[in-house]
Amino acid sequence: MAQLTGAYRAARLRAAPSLRERIDIPRRVAFAAAASMIFIVVLLLGFIAWQGIQLFVKDGTPVGQILSPTWQPDSTSGPTNFGLLPFIAGTVYVTAVALLISTPISVGLALFLSEVAPQWARAIVQPALEIFVGIPSVVWGWLGITILVPFLSSTFHDDLVLSLPIVGNIFTVPGFLTGFSWMAGSLVLSIMILPTITSVSYDSFRAIPQELRTGSLALGTTRWQAIRHILLPSALSGVMTAVVLGMTRAAGEALAVQMVIGNSPTMPAAITQPVTTLTSQITLDMGNTVFGEPWQDALWTMSLVLLIISITSVVLVRVINRRKMAS
Amino acid sequence: MLNGTRRFGALAIAAAMLAAACSSAATPSPTTAPPVTPAPTIAPTATMNTSTPAPATPTPAPTVNCVAGSITEAGSTALQPLIQDAATAYQGHCPGATITVTGGGSGTGLSQVAGGSVQIGASDVLANTKLATPVADTLVDHVVCRQGWIVVTNLDVTGVTNLTTQQNIDIWTGKDTNWSQVGGPNLPIILIFRPQSSGTRATFKKIVLSGATEATGGQTLTEDSNGAVTTAVTKTNGAVSVIGFSYYNAPANKPLLNGLQLDGVNATIANVGNGSYKLAADGNLYTLGAATGLSAAFLQFMMGPEVQGTIIPNDSYGPVSQ
Repeated sequence: MAQLTGAYRAARLRAAPSLRERIDIPRRVAFAAAASMIFIVVLLLGFIAWQGIQLFVKDGTPVGQILSPTWQPDSTSGPTNFGLLPFIAGTVYVTAVALLISTPISVGLALFLSEVAPQWARAIVQPALEIFVGIPSVVWGWLGITILVPFLSSTFHDDLVLSLPIVGNIFTVPGFLTGFSWMAGSLVLSIMILPTITSVSYDSFRAIPQELRTGSLALGTTRWQAIRHILLPSALSGVMTAVVLGMTRAAGEALAVQMVIGNSPTMPAAITQPVTTLTSQITLDMGNTVFGEPWQDALWTMSLVLLIISITSVVLVRVINRRKMAS
Repeated sequence: MLNGTRRFGALAIAAAMLAAACSSAATPSPTTAPPVTPAPTIAPTATMNTSTPAPATPTPAPTVNCVAGSITEAGSTALQPLIQDAATAYQGHCPGATITVTGGGSGTGLSQVAGGSVQIGASDVLANTKLATPVADTLVDHVVCRQGWIVVTNLDVTGVTNLTTQQNIDIWTGKDTNWSQVGGPNLPIILIFRPQSSGTRATFKKIVLSGATEATGGQTLTEDSNGAVTTAVTKTNGAVSVIGFSYYNAPANKPLLNGLQLDGVNATIANVGNGSYKLAADGNLYTLGAATGLSAAFLQFMMGPEVQGTIIPNDSYGPVSQ
């Protein structure tokens, strides 16, 4: 009986849609939400792009100048030169070393969680990772400045010289004069991006069909052989996505990095020396410059460079995932 | 540290909003002074300026000119402690007034006051050094105090108690790189700068370095705020930097820092006042056009005996020389 009424009601509804159904409020709300999100993103991109080109349009700086290594933004002490290369190089170098440190550990951890760990170990490690994600960057920076920086300067204070008996000195790395350095920034970042890379790689390992594991074990492979030849190649696109996401997070981090890298606006000379990054310089100067002066326009150009970096990585993730779909 | 200040500022704004929300809940209109509170000096509307004899005014401050309403201050972090304390005192006298004090840096203060988003902008440097002339001309400068800076080192730089102007130039331009060159221990000199855009750095460069270009490279660091500089100096062997008196004299900082004389003159407020200590500058509060309403009353309060005579010395600033 109940079914009958249900069917009858459904039929009636199909025949004569109610007023509410015709207006379809939920769909409009969803559409409005999506449209406003796109509107905000477009507005934001447009604003940053517009501000970012003011340095060239309004202030007449040659575009090529931003690739020079000299940063001299202060018009009261001589002619200005807005070379952004030290900041771009600093961001790239600090991020690259952070990825070099973090990727093997994160992927190893993800493999451990998905392939090796017994249930109880997973139950401990996963919440631990979630807590990791929740720690604010200022805390990482503070730990860095309190523990890491003094440790580096007191432990590795002397120059590291690699020399052979006949050839002589092959290379020399100056010691940590202060501990505020490229290395300190990369170490802090590598810890911060560890959970990102781990959890995204973990998901891609979990997405591998169980048949691949059972199949390779049936062929008599060891667990390591299965990981090395079957699982890692299958999850490669996922792992690459994870690394790109970690890279984006690292390149965009400002506070924790600024606290430990020393912010010296010159080209990075050695991993033991102070460097600076795009994000760090923006935060250092934005409060002290005024809207519309060339100095602040140069900061907007730095934001634009950061935006281009992050858009590139989003595109990269898309391309990687599309290739994965295709294969 | 910069973000710390910003967050503090945001908190202050949030707190002010909360306070405003509370008071508006208690009273029919937020612009009207709460009728329950016995505050006879408060005008019923926000803009009316009453200099009342006020028979029922609490005794400590008979001269405070109370105007109800709310204003926001932004800008120099070097001046922020003073303005915060003055605002707290003013609000203590005048419960109908809300003065929100935020930081952000001198540049932020100048841009925001010129754009009309805050009523008072604080700056360590003069507006015409940052803003284009037509914009700077719309602002009115109110010098409310003198502020001094001191050269400080890590405690391990023993035996150095004074640097001459020439020694400072040699150190900060990178000519001298070891403390033994100025009578200290055999220890590399680590220079800790404020950002090039900072008012502190601009003032030091102008007064002490006579505009000489500072050193760059491996022995130099840049830190964002007085607080970050203090941390870096205490943590780094052989470090030297320049911080405001108010930060140097804070009880938590002073034992960790070695404060230096400049050309043999002690860095004290008295010496700033008599002109013998030269690393000092005016603290400027800017308004867009002439100050009106609560801004005018607050600026008047800042020039009054309570701020100039008590709060300014307590916070390690110098009174304005009359």
